[in-house]
Amino acid sequence: MKVLTLNFLTCAARSCKQSSDSFPLHPKEAELASDDVELNPQLLSNLLPRLDWNALRTTSTELGFPALPEQPPTLEELESDEKTLKDLHSLLMETNLMEGKLVCGHCGHEYAVKEGIANFLLPSHLV
Amino acid sequence: MLPTPSTTHVPYSRVYEPAEDSFLLVDTLSSPSETTFLSTHFPFSSSPPLLLLEIGPGSGVVLAFLTAHSSTIFSPQKQIFSLGIDINQFACTSTNQTVQLATSEHSLTSGHFLGTVQGDLTCSLRNNQVDVLVFNPPYVPTEEMPCLPLNLEQKSLSQKTTTTFEQDSALLALSYAGGKDGMETTNKVIDSLPELLSERGVAYILLCAGNKPEEVKMRIRDSLGGGGIWSAETVGTSGRQAGWEKLQIVRIWRE
Repeated sequence: MKVLTLNFLTCAARSCKQSSDSFPLHPKEAELASDDVELNPQLLSNLLPRLDWNALRTTSTELGFPALPEQPPTLEELESDEKTLKDLHSLLMETNLMEGKLVCGHCGHEYAVKEGIANFLLPSHLV
Repeated sequence: MLPTPSTTHVPYSRVYEPAEDSFLLVDTLSSPSETTFLSTHFPFSSSPPLLLLEIGPGSGVVLAFLTAHSSTIFSPQKQIFSLGIDINQFACTSTNQTVQLATSEHSLTSGHFLGTVQGDLTCSLRNNQVDVLVFNPPYVPTEEMPCLPLNLEQKSLSQKTTTTFEQDSALLALSYAGGKDGMETTNKVIDSLPELLSERGVAYILLCAGNKPEEVKMRIRDSLGGGGIWSAETVGTSGRQAGWEKLQIVRIWRE
């Protein structure tokens, strides 16, 4: 699954939903793969406002990507700052999480990721 | 007619095979009236891309169709990111293959596929993120609700690639058995719509005649989110039986 998906996911345990610690989930022992996707600055600048930027910065750092600026860049900034544009394009559009775990910062539950598929089914005592 | 994605790689002994209900969803969402609604409801501007979610994509045929033809179905410049959630690990794998194949064949009209996660309905999603929800639920009225086969619960595909006939039957039962009125799972999803959908979000849910669709729509209009906020309209039908539509697609959205 695309790393971008992490911006939409949270812990599946009902008791974690209210906690800010359950988002974003923290990748652990992550193996990544990259797709070749055409660079589209307009798409990125349209996408950024609907993302949780702080969560994305956390994900980027935790996956070993370069640190992102404190504020989401505008289209103009993206077009004049080739490095940030390429970093964001690579992180959001091209990178897939293939293997590893996603850890909830609230309950500590680890969701396994295998062959690009994260398993969010909880053992019955946690549902 | 937009081409239907290929699903020849899908193991139909444990994943629901595309059938009349799948094709009704595909036909309804690509019909002139629905593409007109969608392009008006989500006008193109520099507005954010849409998040499209299918719950229980199974073979992936519907999600692949919507992703691969997204610029035809929505509007030519509207960007779509699509995601699947299925409780059946084999369905997750099948969906990924089906969508990847279809999007590579239609790269000019295709949206961006995020992937499929294995999960129980939408438990693992953040609130109010989904702009377009598609759900072909387990709608057949049954006496009991099936459970996920126990020994498959926490195993992932690479640990468990062989299944018994009983496990396969249980996996398939999850795709059709809907309990009382065939509505036990669908009601859970309908009740979660105020938290699940974005402010502009639209849901497409398939119902059969046994689900008592007129009562379902009335309940949505009268009481979902406190009542008076949500619309529910039938926007596609198929298979007349004794004057009744056998299957229908209901569109649900905030007024």
